[in-house]
Amino acid sequence: VSEAPPAGLPRSLEQNPRLDDWIRIDAADTVTVRTGKVELGQGVLTALAMIAAEELDVALARIKVEVADSAGRPNEMMTVGSMSIELSGAALRLAAAHARALLLQAASAHLKAAVEELSVEDGRVSAPGGSSVDYWQLHGGKRWDCAVSASARPKRPEEHRLVGRRGQRLDLLDKLLGASRFVADLSVPGMLHARVVRPALPRARLVACEAERASALSGVVAVVRDGSFLAVVAEREEQASHAAQVLREDARFERDAPLAGSEGLHARLASNLVGSYPLVAGVPTEQPVPPIDPPPAAQRTLRATYTRPYLMHGSIGPSAALALFEHDELHVWSSSQGVALLAPVIARVLALPAEAVRVSYVESAGCYGHNGSDDAALDAALCARQLPGRPVLLKWTRGDEHAGEPYGPAMRVDAQASLDAEGRVVDWNHDVYSTSHMGRALPFGRSCALIAAQQLATPFPAPRPRPALMPQAGIHRNADPLYAFPRARIVKHLSAEAPLRTSSLRSLGAFTNVFAIESMIDELAAASDQDPVAFRLLHLRDARARAVIEAAVGLLADGDGNGAGRPPADPQRPRGRGMAFARYENYKCYAAVCVELEVDLASHAIHLLRAAIAADAGQVIDLDGLENQLEGGFVQAASWTLKEQVTYDERGVTSLDWASYPILTFDEVPPVQTVILDRPGEPARGAGEATTGPTPAAIANALFAATGIRLRDLPFTPARVRAALYAAP
Amino acid sequence: VAELEVNGELHEVGAARETPLLYVLRNDLGLTGTKLGCALEQCGACTVLLDGEPRMSCRLPLAEATGRRVLTVEGLGTREAPHPLQRAFLEENAAQCGYCIAGILVRAKALLDRNPDPSDREVRVALRDNLCRCGAHNRVVRAVLRAARKETTP
Repeated sequence: VSEAPPAGLPRSLEQNPRLDDWIRIDAADTVTVRTGKVELGQGVLTALAMIAAEELDVALARIKVEVADSAGRPNEMMTVGSMSIELSGAALRLAAAHARALLLQAASAHLKAAVEELSVEDGRVSAPGGSSVDYWQLHGGKRWDCAVSASARPKRPEEHRLVGRRGQRLDLLDKLLGASRFVADLSVPGMLHARVVRPALPRARLVACEAERASALSGVVAVVRDGSFLAVVAEREEQASHAAQVLREDARFERDAPLAGSEGLHARLASNLVGSYPLVAGVPTEQPVPPIDPPPAAQRTLRATYTRPYLMHGSIGPSAALALFEHDELHVWSSSQGVALLAPVIARVLALPAEAVRVSYVESAGCYGHNGSDDAALDAALCARQLPGRPVLLKWTRGDEHAGEPYGPAMRVDAQASLDAEGRVVDWNHDVYSTSHMGRALPFGRSCALIAAQQLATPFPAPRPRPALMPQAGIHRNADPLYAFPRARIVKHLSAEAPLRTSSLRSLGAFTNVFAIESMIDELAAASDQDPVAFRLLHLRDARARAVIEAAVGLLADGDGNGAGRPPADPQRPRGRGMAFARYENYKCYAAVCVELEVDLASHAIHLLRAAIAADAGQVIDLDGLENQLEGGFVQAASWTLKEQVTYDERGVTSLDWASYPILTFDEVPPVQTVILDRPGEPARGAGEATTGPTPAAIANALFAATGIRLRDLPFTPARVRAALYAAP
Repeated sequence: VAELEVNGELHEVGAARETPLLYVLRNDLGLTGTKLGCALEQCGACTVLLDGEPRMSCRLPLAEATGRRVLTVEGLGTREAPHPLQRAFLEENAAQCGYCIAGILVRAKALLDRNPDPSDREVRVALRDNLCRCGAHNRVVRAVLRAARKETTP
C-alpha cells in the first residue's frame, strides 16, 4: 500500500506512515509499541512507553517496547543526536492518539454510546450507564490497516497524567537481577567464541603470520585471515582468548609510513586543511573566509586558543556481536546505533545481496555515540561467513576497544573577541579546527569506514574527509553563540591531519565549541572587571536562556546557604565557583552548569566539591530520566575535562587500558543538584548532550575563580595546573 | 571436575582449573549477570563475593574459587523478593545502561555487611574500584544509603 504522507506529520511518520508500524493491541492485556530507536541506557524505552501509555490511557506496565531491527518497521535509521523524543516520541504520540480515537469509535458502536460520553481507565472504556469493554476485546491481536492521521489530536499538556512525572525505568529490574541479556551475554546452542587480533597501530598491515601454533591449541576451530584481518574462533571463550594472545605473538603488523606522533598535533590541525567554511546564518558555506577585523569601537581585544585531545567513548563493555551465516543469509545481533544503516554496509563488504543480511539490535553497555559496535559486527560477520551454520559470538578485548574505537576528534578553537568602552562585546571570532565527527560507514560509495573492511585482501579505502555543510553538524555544532553580539565571524575548518580514526562522540563539536565560547566569555568579564553571570545576562535576550542561568546560579548558592557555614578557606586548598551555559544545537535543551571546586596546592589536583544544573528541555516527558541524562552528561564531561586523553606515539596508541586512560571514579564525582524548568507548551527536546558543553567551561571558570589561572588545554591534569601556577607571569 | 558453590548451590564444573571464574560463571553456569568489562581487574564489572569479600572474577582462576562460597548478583534477590539493595536501586532509578550495576550491587552488599550505616563518603570510597561510564554515581550512592537506612531502621 502506498499513500502520499499527509502534510504536517512528524518526520518519522512521513517515513513510516502505517499505524501498524507503531502500535499493536496484543491478544491480551498488553500493548506493543514499536520504535526505530534503541535503548542505549538513556532511558528512551521508558520515555516512549510513557508517551504511548499517556495517549492510550493504559497503565505503563502494560506497554512493551520493540526496538529497531533492520528487517522491521518503523525504520528511523539511527539513534543519535538527542533526537529520539523529538522524532520517535512525536510520531508515537500521534500514532497513539489515532489508535485511541479508533478504539473509542469501536467502543462507541459496541456500547451504543456517543464517543464524547466514554471514559477510559487503563484500557477499559466505560459508558455512562456502567457498561464497559476493554481494548483487547475490541482490537486484541488485530491489525489497523491504515495510515496515521495527521488530524489525530493528542492530549493537551493539562490533560497529562503520566507525562512530565518521574518514570520508573522499565528495563531496570531485569538489570538489577542480572537477568538482562546484553549482546555479550547472548548464548545459543552450538555457539562459538571469537576474538580479533588487531594491532594498536592504526592502518597497519599484517606482514607475517604463523598460525600453526594457535591453530593447534585446544578448542580452536578456525583462524580467520583475509588480508590484514585476523581472528580466531574456538569452542570456549577462554580458548579463544588464549589463542588470540598466541596468534598475536606470531603475527607481525607494520605501517607503510610511520604514524605521526601527538607532539604538535593541535598546530597541525590548523595547518593541514581540507577546507574552511565560514558560517552564514549558522550554515557553513564555500564562500571566502572573511578576515578578522575588529570595528573602531573595539577598546580591548582578547585572543586565546582552546584545545581538546582525542577522547574515547570508553564503553564499560567491550564491543561485541553475534553472527550466524546459514543458507546464504547472514543474521547479526549488534548494539549498533543504526542497525538499518549497518545491514546494507555489511552486505556490501561481504558481497551479499542487501536482503540477505539482517541486523537485530541487542543492548550493550552505554556507547555515548559511535563506538566500536559497528566494527565488531563486521568482525563477527567475517568469522561467521567462514563457519556456516555455527553462531559466532565475537568480543573485543579492552585493548581492542581502547585502540580501535573511532575516537572523538582532537579539536582546536582560536577565539578572538573585542569589548567596547562600556564593556560590551563588539566583535566575536571563532575558528574551529577538527577532523570529521561523521565516521559512520555508509551503504554506498567505494569506501568503507569499518576497520575490517579496510583490512581485507581486497580492501575498501577509508572515506575521504568531506565537510558536513548542514546546520549544527559535527565540527561547528554550537560554534555559533546564542549571545546577541553585533558581529560574529564563525569559521569551520576541516582538518586533513588524521593520525587516528574519528567519529561521533556525545555532543560532537559542541563540547569544544562551548568550552571555548564560555571560557572566553569569562575571560572578557574578568578583563573588564565584570561579574561573569551579569556579563552573560547583559548579552542574552533569550528569556529561557536567562532563566536557566539564574536558576543554576541560585541553586549552587542555596546549596550551602550562600556560603554560610562553609569552613574557612584553607590557603592550601583555594576554592572557586564557575558557571557556563549553552542551548544544545541552539534549538534543543537549554542547560546551565555551576561547579564549586578546590585545588590542592600540594598535589595540584582539582577536586570537584559540588555541582548544580538548571535545564529547560521544553515539555518534560520523564522527569527522572531527564535528570539522569543531564547529571550523567555532566559527570562524563567532567571526566573528559579533568582526566581523559588518548595517548599515542609512532608505534601506535599507548592508552590501552583504564590505568593509562583513567576516568572519574565514585570518590571523585561530586554531588549534583538539578532543577528542571518544565515548559509544557513547548516541544519536548532531547537532553542527553545538553550538559557536556557547559561542563568544561564551568570547571575552567571555577579554577580561575579559585586560583587566577586559566587553563585552555584539556584535560586539566595536575601537571597542567602545576605548570600554570608556577609559570612566569 | 571441580565442585563450585555459587549462590548456595553446588555445581560440578568441567572447565580447566586455570579458567577465569568469570567465564565459568557466565558460560558454564549461565550466570551472565556478572559482566566482562576489561579482563584486567581494572573496572569492577566482574565483581563477585568470595566468602563475603569482593573479588574481581575476570582473572581469578577457577581453582582459587573452589571450596569457597561465591555470591553473584543472581544470588542477591529474586523478581518476587528483590534484595533491599535491588529495591533501593529500583526506587532511585540508580543506573543508566546498567552494565556496571551487578558488580556495584555485590560490592555494596559487602560494604553493608561490614558497615550497616555508612556515610556518603564511605560509600563513595568503597565503590571506587567499580567504574561507571554513564555518570549514574550519585544515584548509586543514594540507593546504597537508602538500602542501609531500611536495613538499620525498623
